[in-house]
Amino acid sequence: MKHEHRLKVGPVTFRVGSQWAAPVRQLAELYRDYPAADAVCDFTVRLEAEKPWRRWVRPSVAIRGDYMLPDAVPMALEHGLLAAEMGMNLQMALGYRRHLLLHASTVERDGRALLMTGLSGSGKSTLAALLGEAGWRLMGDEFALLDLDTGTLHPFPRAVSLKNQSVYVMEERAGPNRLGPWLKGTPKGAIRHFRPSRDAIERMSEPAAPALILFPRYGRDLEAAVRPVGPAEVFVRLTQASTNYVALGERAFDALTHLVTTVPALAIDYPSTEAALAQVEELWAK
Amino acid sequence: MNAARLLVRALAEPSSARSLRDPEWTALIAVARAEALIGSLAYRLQEEALPSNVGTIFEAARRDAEQAKRQALWEAEMARRALAPLDLPVILLKGTAYTAAGLDAGLGRSIGDLDIMVPRDRLDEVEQALLAAGWEWVKEDAYDSLYYRRWMHELPPLIHRERDRMIDVHHTILPLTAKPKPDAAGMIADSVELDGGLRVLSPPDMIVHAAAHLFADGDLAGGLRNLWDIDRMLREFGGRAGFWPELHDRASRHQLLPAVQRAARIAADFYGTPSPTGWTRSHKVDRAFRARLVARNGWGQATRPALRLGFYVRSHLLRMPLPMLARHLWIKARR
Repeated sequence: MKHEHRLKVGPVTFRVGSQWAAPVRQLAELYRDYPAADAVCDFTVRLEAEKPWRRWVRPSVAIRGDYMLPDAVPMALEHGLLAAEMGMNLQMALGYRRHLLLHASTVERDGRALLMTGLSGSGKSTLAALLGEAGWRLMGDEFALLDLDTGTLHPFPRAVSLKNQSVYVMEERAGPNRLGPWLKGTPKGAIRHFRPSRDAIERMSEPAAPALILFPRYGRDLEAAVRPVGPAEVFVRLTQASTNYVALGERAFDALTHLVTTVPALAIDYPSTEAALAQVEELWAK
Repeated sequence: MNAARLLVRALAEPSSARSLRDPEWTALIAVARAEALIGSLAYRLQEEALPSNVGTIFEAARRDAEQAKRQALWEAEMARRALAPLDLPVILLKGTAYTAAGLDAGLGRSIGDLDIMVPRDRLDEVEQALLAAGWEWVKEDAYDSLYYRRWMHELPPLIHRERDRMIDVHHTILPLTAKPKPDAAGMIADSVELDGGLRVLSPPDMIVHAAAHLFADGDLAGGLRNLWDIDRMLREFGGRAGFWPELHDRASRHQLLPAVQRAARIAADFYGTPSPTGWTRSHKVDRAFRARLVARNGWGQATRPALRLGFYVRSHLLRMPLPMLARHLWIKARR
């Protein structure tokens, strides 16, 4: 393809090709602190015109690659960076088999990892990004990679996709240089990508043992609250949060069983990010 | 070298992979995934010294294939149980058959739907039994249903409501409207029983079916994989006494000798498949087939759109005579 960028995130290398220059240029800029990709890439992502003429006339970006969804909706060219990100997510969700993949965010301190998972809109991405600026190492906001043999979590510190208000929160904490361009009017609303700290990127090959699982829930009117969650429920919720649990078969069952029976889990409700940060610190100290 | 050609060469001669440079590996992996041959390639190169990342990718591909095999065999078993009370021969076809029979062609093979063949006069009973066991229609449209039932070699596809897996129930191997008229009853009569009660086609018929699927039906999409199946089977069965004359007879009886001979010729050309003298005499039109089979680049993209379109049109003309095709497309277009 005409334009190409290769990048390495945690244990995975991507080759992203595009018919247009802009998405690849933005991607290279967003991931400028990341190491060069391995010579042989795990996954190929292609951003190409949905129909040949849509390369020039009302350009429309189809997300394709090694793994594809047949009914994926093409995106506008000005959202090309988001298309590249979604293309990489798609390869992970449909094709990744090296670890058990959990839709969860992870942060680490003192060699121990905190795993946060919940429905979209639960605030786990923002929470992870905030913790990453407050003494924790951001291991990833989208996918947590659970090692099937050792039970540790591997970092996958992609750029964090922030929506609406979260953008301003992170800009205030970390400054404007860590943010990608505004992408307005996307299917996910107005978003900007947030690059993890240099430390998080430099240590992206360093796994950590899981120590606590949280199910955060955000609501402006919620009272701050904490509830224990039993291992059976954690198990079911995590299988639902995994895209390759079924494909990995018995090994995934064993790894997940080990995780839920050895790591405590709590559900937390929080009315504001400040409250959430305080809750996390308090629970972590216990 | 064209990336699809790289794939063909790596499958035919695993040692050729030693000289690959890193960008060629990336291209090879992308094209192998696009052609659904990544599992077969991963097994084929298992003994080679590979760059570490490639070894990891192939190990995952082998595990995936192992899981796909387990699921496919389970799905076949589910169909066997649903149809057991009917006391009729249930013949596995394509990937599930190769895997269930333990053939080399099944090693690492991707398997999508479950394909089975049953006697045509028992089709209604089979349909009722499957519906009662949890399978449902995918398409509810009356025209589609009528089209399948009147003209096709299979029932409209069914999907299982809990396991979410599709089953294609065939009663012969080509659409009824196609020119060749295979002897389906003969295929069923000659089929071979496996442990557990399911059946597969006899070795020559299995090859006839694979060749028919590749060259007498469809637009050659996924053709490299189908041709790889044929290579594996011709090698596995080709050494048996009397195999080639028998293949010749069976192919003639099913009116598919040209497709089978074309498959043997192109497999010999691509994969070095051995065949007796007289089978591999070159044929002018093969050039277009060969070009279509490798119309894919190192990004996994389809190339040669005009050639692809030609084969797409051909696939429809093979399926039915032109006036019938015109009517069919008219009805489809008006919806």
